[in-house]
Amino acid sequence: MNQAARIMFHKVAIPIKKDRIASRFDLAAEVAIIEFSEELKVKNKKIIVLPGSSPDDLSHLILSENINTLICGAIEEEYFQFLRWKKIVILDSVVGGWGEAFDRWQKAILRPGDILCERTVEGRTV
Amino acid sequence: MPSAVQIASLFRKPLDFLNLVDEIPLGIIFLDQDLRVVHFNKAFEALSGTRPEKFHGVECCYLLRGAACVDNCPVMIMGSNKRSVSCKSDMITMERQKIPIRITTAPVLDSEGSISGYIETIQDIRTTEQLDGLKSTAFSFANIVGRSPQMEKIFQTLPLLAQTDTSILITGETGTGKDLVAEAIHQASEREAGPFVKINCGALPETLLESEIFGHEKGAFTGAVGSKPGRFRLAHNGTIFLTEIGDLPLSLQVKLLTFLDDRIIYPLGSTRGFNANVRIVAATNRNLEDMVKEGTFRKDLLFRLNVARIHLPPLREREGDIRLLLDHFFNYYRTKLGKSIRDFSKDSLSILLNYNYEGNIRELKNVVEYAVNVTSSSAIEPASLPSYIMESVKDTLLSASRQFHKHDMGNRHNAAEGSSSFPQKHAGGSGHSYAGSDDGLNDTAADSGLSPQTWPEIQRKMILDALIQAKGKKNDAAKILGWGRSTLWRKIKKYHIQA
Repeated sequence: MNQAARIMFHKVAIPIKKDRIASRFDLAAEVAIIEFSEELKVKNKKIIVLPGSSPDDLSHLILSENINTLICGAIEEEYFQFLRWKKIVILDSVVGGWGEAFDRWQKAILRPGDILCERTVEGRTV
Repeated sequence: MPSAVQIASLFRKPLDFLNLVDEIPLGIIFLDQDLRVVHFNKAFEALSGTRPEKFHGVECCYLLRGAACVDNCPVMIMGSNKRSVSCKSDMITMERQKIPIRITTAPVLDSEGSISGYIETIQDIRTTEQLDGLKSTAFSFANIVGRSPQMEKIFQTLPLLAQTDTSILITGETGTGKDLVAEAIHQASEREAGPFVKINCGALPETLLESEIFGHEKGAFTGAVGSKPGRFRLAHNGTIFLTEIGDLPLSLQVKLLTFLDDRIIYPLGSTRGFNANVRIVAATNRNLEDMVKEGTFRKDLLFRLNVARIHLPPLREREGDIRLLLDHFFNYYRTKLGKSIRDFSKDSLSILLNYNYEGNIRELKNVVEYAVNVTSSSAIEPASLPSYIMESVKDTLLSASRQFHKHDMGNRHNAAEGSSSFPQKHAGGSGHSYAGSDDGLNDTAADSGLSPQTWPEIQRKMILDALIQAKGKKNDAAKILGWGRSTLWRKIKKYHIQA
């Protein structure tokens, strides 16, 4: 499947905390949902604030929104398997800004476990 | 990534730091001031399923992936305190397993006392969590056993109180298990990984007690050749248990009161306070309200300690718990001492169930320990019980017997007045007249007017009394004795009573 076909009719969900991907799927209280148009352009980008953090509610939202791809941080095996069984592609253990992660996903270079943030120790880049 | 880090000046030759931390079987993460990962050891590598190179320089929340990192980061709790903090949490490993952990975070200080970074220890508490689940089943909480309504109420309250951080006052007679409850509260609380420090307020003289509790500085008094941290400081991040709080001298009550207000302790001879994060659990067998009225206990201290109160009932008020505790301690000591004793005999059980345990559970435990130790047969017989129990039971039975006779003779007297058909020998003036004819009982101690000396004699007398009261009807006699008809029949045969 080429990149254009992959993106077409696609909906991506990213559980977030401010501008970062939430470190835990089950504790995320916000989720960014990006929808593509048939012209392969971002048709709609919205951030849904959940009433509280709940992995069940988040899973339900992902299913009801017909999400195709989930980009997230740490996710429990139970939810990982459930969502995968529901034909959702999951890229988990991703660290960094959610915008950058999305850009990389569009370019098809995002992998599970990618660390996209700046690395510093005592103020110095390492 | 640091490749070779050495510790100098500790031993003659410099030590390989990374190798040293890898040998510790507890997950350790080193963080810089901005909470970015500097290094973690092999134990954490095994726990998390990742390598230090991958997360070098990354914020620790993305490595640890703990619930505490989202809700209440331990470093944020610590603030500028420079003291270690500990909390329970969970983490999701790279294998997507959610595991319960205990995080302890401490600052890493440089030679000038400034924070250079942080060290976090991560303890996998899966095993203890599973044990906790088992602990509160089968009529018990931690090591406390009981199924009486009073104890069930306490078992329901204890976990709730343990989860809070309020001061608790435990009251109850001696031997009711106040120490056990205090320890159970600590074990079930968030401070479980911290120390549990016990102080017996009645064990030391006032001057020593002050230094023991609050510590002292070097030279604070004659003989203070070194500084002493004091129990409050040792209990930092844990629980301090003040037992026999009723015996705390008034001067120290004031000092304790000050601590409860501002949470800072001032060791003897020191002007620098120490902010101790401790939970206070106090216990006493004395009536503090009465002591307040007498002026020997400060009212304001009582109010501060009495935030939550747990009253442990004496054993005599715990319906059905004596049997449960007898079995519990019997099994414990039988296993511990490797004895093949089967059970309590019916007689000894009857004695033990009717004994008034003034020393409560402690006394019951000692009785069972003694009995298991001295028993060489397959069952614990009355002869294996401590002699003071037999004496006490005899006294109780004799006094009950006297009461019964007084009452019975009164009845018979009335009956004799009302009906001439009552047999003459039963209506005699003497309390022992029933055994004084040809029924084969004239050789008993009771008949001779002497007090019965052994348990079989006491029991024989009880049977006779009951038979007389029931006018020879065995069914009624069995009911009076609280036995089954077959038990009565068996005992009649055993004691050769011609009923």
